[in-house]
Amino acid sequence: MTARVGVVTFPGSLDDGDAARAVRIAGGQPVRLWHGDPQLHGVDAVVLPGGFSYGDYLRCGAIARFAPVMETIVDAAAGGLPVLGICNGFQILCEAHLLPGALTRNQHLHFRNRDQLLRIESTGTAWTNTFQPEQKVLIPVKNGEGCYVADTATLDELEAEGRVVARYVGGNPNGSQRDIAAITNPAGNVVGIMPHPEHAVEALTGPSLDGLGFFTSVLKHLVGAPA
Amino acid sequence: MTTHPDPVRESPEAFPVAPAQPSPDATAPLAAAARHATARAATDWTDGVDTVPRAEDTPEELQPYAELGLLEDEYDRIRQFLGRRPTQSELAMYSIMWSEHCSYKSSKVHLRQFGEKAPPSDRLLAGIGENAGVVRVSDELAVTFKVESHNHPSFVEPYQGAATGIGGIVRDILAMGARPVAVMDPLRFGAADHPDTARVLPGVVAGVGGYGNCLGLPNIGGEVVFDPCYQGNPLVNALCLGVLPVSRLQNKAAVGPGNVVVLMGAKTGRDGIGGVSVLASAAFTEGSEQRRPSVQVGDPFIEKLLIEACLELYDAQLVAGIQDLGGAGLTCALTETAAAAGTGMRVWLERVPLREPSMEPHEILASESQERMLLVVEPDKLDAVLKICEKWGVLATAIGEVTPPQPDGQPGRLLITWRDHLVVDVPPGSLVDDGPVYARPMREPADLILLQADRAETLPRPADPDALRETVLRMIASPNLCDKTWITEQYDRYVLGNTVLAPPEDSGVIRIDERTGLGVALSVDGNGRYARLDPYHGAQLALAEAYRNVAVTGATPIAVTDCLNFGSPEDPGVMWQFAETVRGLADGCAELGIPVTGGNVSFYNQTGAAAIHPTPVVGVLGVLENVADRVAMGFVPRPGGDHDQLFLLGETHVELSGSEWAWVTHQHLGGVPPQVNLAREKQLAGLLADAGRVGHLSSAHDLSDGGLAQSLVESCLRHGVGARIAVPERFEGGSMPFVFLFSESAGRVLVSVPRGHEKAFTALCEEHGVPWELIGVTDPAGGALEVHGQFRIHLDELRDAHTGTLPSLFGGVQSFTPVPVGSPVAESSAQATADAAEADVTAEVDSLTEVDIVISNEDADEATAPGPDVARGAGQPAVAMGDRPAEPAGDESDAGSESGDPEEPAASDER
Repeated sequence: MTARVGVVTFPGSLDDGDAARAVRIAGGQPVRLWHGDPQLHGVDAVVLPGGFSYGDYLRCGAIARFAPVMETIVDAAAGGLPVLGICNGFQILCEAHLLPGALTRNQHLHFRNRDQLLRIESTGTAWTNTFQPEQKVLIPVKNGEGCYVADTATLDELEAEGRVVARYVGGNPNGSQRDIAAITNPAGNVVGIMPHPEHAVEALTGPSLDGLGFFTSVLKHLVGAPA
Repeated sequence: MTTHPDPVRESPEAFPVAPAQPSPDATAPLAAAARHATARAATDWTDGVDTVPRAEDTPEELQPYAELGLLEDEYDRIRQFLGRRPTQSELAMYSIMWSEHCSYKSSKVHLRQFGEKAPPSDRLLAGIGENAGVVRVSDELAVTFKVESHNHPSFVEPYQGAATGIGGIVRDILAMGARPVAVMDPLRFGAADHPDTARVLPGVVAGVGGYGNCLGLPNIGGEVVFDPCYQGNPLVNALCLGVLPVSRLQNKAAVGPGNVVVLMGAKTGRDGIGGVSVLASAAFTEGSEQRRPSVQVGDPFIEKLLIEACLELYDAQLVAGIQDLGGAGLTCALTETAAAAGTGMRVWLERVPLREPSMEPHEILASESQERMLLVVEPDKLDAVLKICEKWGVLATAIGEVTPPQPDGQPGRLLITWRDHLVVDVPPGSLVDDGPVYARPMREPADLILLQADRAETLPRPADPDALRETVLRMIASPNLCDKTWITEQYDRYVLGNTVLAPPEDSGVIRIDERTGLGVALSVDGNGRYARLDPYHGAQLALAEAYRNVAVTGATPIAVTDCLNFGSPEDPGVMWQFAETVRGLADGCAELGIPVTGGNVSFYNQTGAAAIHPTPVVGVLGVLENVADRVAMGFVPRPGGDHDQLFLLGETHVELSGSEWAWVTHQHLGGVPPQVNLAREKQLAGLLADAGRVGHLSSAHDLSDGGLAQSLVESCLRHGVGARIAVPERFEGGSMPFVFLFSESAGRVLVSVPRGHEKAFTALCEEHGVPWELIGVTDPAGGALEVHGQFRIHLDELRDAHTGTLPSLFGGVQSFTPVPVGSPVAESSAQATADAAEADVTAEVDSLTEVDIVISNEDADEATAPGPDVARGAGQPAVAMGDRPAEPAGDESDAGSESGDPEEPAASDER
């Protein structure tokens, strides 16, 4: 049976259609979820897509974390539901305290969109288990507030527990501490990533097909997961 | 957010005043006035609001029509239409609707040619006069696109000016029933190193990005041009592309008497009353100066919600008519929708949700607050409309209703009340269709003959290999030719997941149907220098370049949009430039067989007496049956060290006037621009579409500013693939290699052809009648651009020169990485393999090149005879340069001479 992967649409979500397409190309069944509806409609995993939820006029993601659907997702994540937050989704996960740290304005103060090389640092998560350790992947990055920051203790803890999921290589596009591009929670089911794997799933429109691995990983994870 | 039901049907009372009868005699109401004038005290007027009865009673009251930009005879004409003096609100409405911006009163007589000369097209579903032209691209799908200016606001407040420029054009596209799917931004600034450019450019770029990124629209192309003529008048043009099912096409006509008029989106505030800012001056109310910021402030989040809500309304078939609110705000939307249907309208103005409750009727009518749409809805669908708006958190308010035409068959009237006082009673058509039209005086600028005589072909040119090498490096680093990544990487190009090509490619390509691969290619181009030298042919050159940029992707061009940026129409010289431009563009479109579907005119881009170069910006849209067939601009790496052959299509003449080289090297503008051959452009487009489809082309890149040298460098750097070029025999000797590399002859394309396809490709060239010439090979392993017998420049040196300019001007060190092709892992950047293999491959390539060139010259000589100018190009006597307009030498970083130019427009001049 095909895994059902929910993609949440907040007001101001932009990459929700792309995330749904990526799920489909990976072989999953995308299910659109609405921010105001607390029901998850039986999905097996959730993607919080990129965009500018509520305009991001306050801190990015600060309002979205209070959406009715987020309360359900926070609870379900504690129970092991795989959740991937991309860009704005990563910001929301931090605001919702599912992941530590915060994403602040890019150090150079510009929005930046480029094809970015990443190194996968952890293949133990629900979203990266099909990658090779240390595999280098090319994924578009595009954000204005993607600079990952946390206190030293938190950063050390992330490193020690192997929870840095991906790092920027060949140049840090936003000034993130320790070149961090993606992190996970201790259980490995919640991942936040600043670059956009959903934009690297078709040869025609992306710089590579490397992004597909995140979506095939969760499908593999779901097949292997106990029912 | 809340939604206000407030249906019009529940209005407390019927409208109390009968419409005034229009009178041809403006003095007619005097008798009535005499009866009432003495009976009313000045403070007695209905909350201080200037009402229709009051206007009837006080015919002699002085009104600030001149301050509002209306001429005396225009004011008299309003009085004739109304049979009385206009109220304050009516005067505000007429002044903005009859402004140049809204009425096209100076351009109308010329723009008619776009319709009159338009080639027949069975694709056109909506054309000029609609919010945007709509073109059918398949049985089910249509696309709509338009380019518009937002020049003046962007100079005053770069970020918001540019942001709301994007917002405005996006709503035009949305109003046609389309989902906006991409934007482009043709931008022009003053000298790159001028201090004010450092204020304007970063703000404009951040504004374009800030709004477009937040809306979720990929930016797929544009232009960045620097020229001192734009110092006080930067040009911020914005293009939007939308896609719709043919069946979802919307109309702006306010049809169906009894239908409800709904205002949707942001609240109305005092922003953007700039065009009519004197309204609140002494003649109206005193002490209100401080409350009018004249540049609108954008809120892309609301616009995003507006898009989603409108599309849901369209799909549910709940909309009878729709119009966006842009320039002239509610005034324009109310009058245009009513005039389009011939109906009347009854509006309760106090129902308009306000940001500031103290706003007066004329301010509400004139406000250009962003992110608003006007809907016409059948009464029984109103609840469903309001529900969808509520779902998306978009404010929607019923503010009026459509009323029938007059009993005598005349169009209905627009009646607007403010707290039960009648403040507007006008025939809507009088504002929209019956505005003044001027055939303004035109005269060829007196300096044009001398300017054209001062040919750049007579300037000293580099004539030895070292000078040529230096010229290449200097040209690719010059502000107009340098890499624009510093700007384009501030824009999201990936969102929506359908971007197939984006900058620095020649065109943006968007997939519009995932099922079939159907897509469109779009390019916008303009060249103010060419147009200054010859507006008729300058316009055609812009058209030809955009057409060619679309064609190189393999797309078939089908439609045109234009943004015509000019100085003051009251200057006969500018008006002549405008007329020539329109004539050239209309003739060009007729010859190419593609219609102008819509566009925009921007006059008064002028500071004091210094007008900008006439700058027609032309957008061409083409169709790709399958975007997988698109051809990109970069040379392609071949893993086996294999080489593609490089062909130059078209003819190269000695054409340097108006060129980037003449400007960068000599700060020279004079002569006549390159010849235009539209028949050749058509042949080229046919060839490229055929060749692309069957896989003969691994890359195709248009030649324009900077000539062949620029195209070679760009194609090399795209994926880090070098090339080896041989200068054809007839371009050998003296400065002829320079001419080969830097001439800007039109109608040329650089293509690379994979091994095994040469014969079939050249046969196809012959079939299409396109001159071709084999000029070299790609050299994936060589890591350099080499022009045989002239120079060899390593790609790293080229890249450093090409990419360093904008970061050094505008800050932030940028690293430029070539985009890997077809390889998921970029790390295998050709470098390692290149270094290893370089030595032995070089020798092999050497022999290959020699052989290929010999073969090609035999074939090419008869197809491509040297242009007539070649023989005498270098020997022309110098022409005195004293009469060309002084241009500050801003483009050369080492020139440092801008202070020496007395005519440079004052950058800080506010208008």
